[in-house]
Amino acid sequence: MATATSLPDAPVRQTGAHRAPRSRPRPRYRNRLRNWLIFAVLAGPNIALLVVFTYRPLLQSFYLSTLQWNLGSPTAFPVGLANYADFFADPGTPRMLAVTAIFTLATVGGGMVLGLLLAVLLNRKLHFRGVARTIVVAPYVLSGVAVGLLWLFVFDPNFGVLSALLHTVGIGSPDWYTAPHWALVMVIIVYLWKNVGYVALIYLAGLQAVPRDLLEAASLDGASPLRSFVSVVLPLLGPTTFFLGITTLLTSLQSFDIIRAMTNGGPLEGTTTMMYSIYLEGFAGGRAGYSSAIATILFLVLFAVTVVQLRFVERKVHYT
Amino acid sequence: MIVDARPRAARPAVGGYLTMALAVAVMVLPLVWMALASFKDMDELYRLPIQWLPESLAPTNYVTATQTVPFGMFFVNSAVTTVLGAGLKMLLGLMTAYALVFVDIPFRRFFFYVVVCALLVPQQIVLIPNYALVAELGWLNTYQGMIVPGLASAFGTFLFRQHFLTLPRSILEAAELDGAGHLQRLWRFVVPLSGPTIAAVGLVSIVTEWNDYLWPLLVIDRPEMMTLPVGLTLLMNFDGVPDWGVIMAGTVLVTVPVLAVFFLLQRRIVAGLVTGAVTG
Repeated sequence: MATATSLPDAPVRQTGAHRAPRSRPRPRYRNRLRNWLIFAVLAGPNIALLVVFTYRPLLQSFYLSTLQWNLGSPTAFPVGLANYADFFADPGTPRMLAVTAIFTLATVGGGMVLGLLLAVLLNRKLHFRGVARTIVVAPYVLSGVAVGLLWLFVFDPNFGVLSALLHTVGIGSPDWYTAPHWALVMVIIVYLWKNVGYVALIYLAGLQAVPRDLLEAASLDGASPLRSFVSVVLPLLGPTTFFLGITTLLTSLQSFDIIRAMTNGGPLEGTTTMMYSIYLEGFAGGRAGYSSAIATILFLVLFAVTVVQLRFVERKVHYT
Repeated sequence: MIVDARPRAARPAVGGYLTMALAVAVMVLPLVWMALASFKDMDELYRLPIQWLPESLAPTNYVTATQTVPFGMFFVNSAVTTVLGAGLKMLLGLMTAYALVFVDIPFRRFFFYVVVCALLVPQQIVLIPNYALVAELGWLNTYQGMIVPGLASAFGTFLFRQHFLTLPRSILEAAELDGAGHLQRLWRFVVPLSGPTIAAVGLVSIVTEWNDYLWPLLVIDRPEMMTLPVGLTLLMNFDGVPDWGVIMAGTVLVTVPVLAVFFLLQRRIVAGLVTGAVTG
């Protein structure tokens, strides 16, 4: 009640976000208490859940990373930073970091390039482009496990359809199942197949925001389509590219289900990324402390990336 | 005979159609291959040279798949966790966003940051502590163990808040003058005015819940509590040569519901995906 009556000439017909004038008198004490109560009822459960299942485990994870502890075991030994030292001393670590880097670069970079090309194609005035857009996005909504198993069969070196196709053009099938580097290539291809539609979709939204008259002006100036794409469209897609770069990087670093369904991190750890190794160490190997140390390292990387993203989003919100 | 009046435009269009056909084929053919294989028996699957079409459309593999593992149960578990998980998450998001925008208390901005900063915390860092907590509560192999840890809505709250800020305040003020309480204002005015946002975010949440894998994999090990994605891998775990026909029948059972929802409601789902992208 107090809020409304104290707003005599608040602008009424504005469409955008606007706030109540600052100068309005403070509500009476009883109303303030009531508002706190209503706020607690409405927002309390959600905030409590966030505290218990997001912020508490975040802090606890830092602590766990200083323990030598098996999941489920009642005893834990404090070991300081030994888990971190072990991580950097482990002969397998450089390889795991390399696998993570290759997987991330290939899925993020490849996804952005392919997604942009697809978006440009699907933005052209072609018949059935609406249907094509829908089909290209469809794999994105599928279960990663189902997608992984489906492609595992496609890649089957003896009886898969891919091996048959390669044979008809006279090439043998690579050892997708047993050669670590081919397994990594296989997982990357499947990841791209599933996720490229999302990138294309976001780029498509970006492309449709490019003002038509800018392109017409460029073509009147005699610019070729390629030239006007490079000098007019690409710069305008800058914010979209930046946004996609960061979000797809975060998703790629956290990817799990395709790897789990197709290779389980193998062969010979050829597809064990940092994320996958957190799972293997913590849940298959029982080294919860060590696993938490890897998670903390990965978190610090992700955190740095996300802070940049949030600053960018903040800026974008101010502009629009 | 009709001659194209714009020959210069005609040639690139052919290239465009070819490329589009290629892109669509790459996306569709694996799915077609999955559907075809789900009807082939072992002998047809392992025949060389490859046999493209199944000899019969008898659903033998589907019968085998549903008899080897309890697919009906997986389906129920997936439906329960998806409906409860996505539904409660939406509700929490709506209530929190309403409170953040329309309930006048000091430090609103602080609480907003408490919600939004949760987006910075990736799933893998909360895995072990949350697993330990859920185990301690005795929630392993339960619905609440699967659902509750993921209930908090940071992203949904953020999107709803962005939308609520654009709602015309005058309507809510009029409702308040008419004596409508906060809950009534939320249900009678804010929610009906936010239909498209709610639908888009809701559908994306449903798809995400349905496909969720890592958390249910950790907290569930009893087959009768597994969801479809977790249960699907059980078909893989048999010794010897994988029976791809049965596995493909399983993947069809997991993918078809979500594909059907997507094709029916794709406009809304696509809107949800883009909304998420544009706002963060």
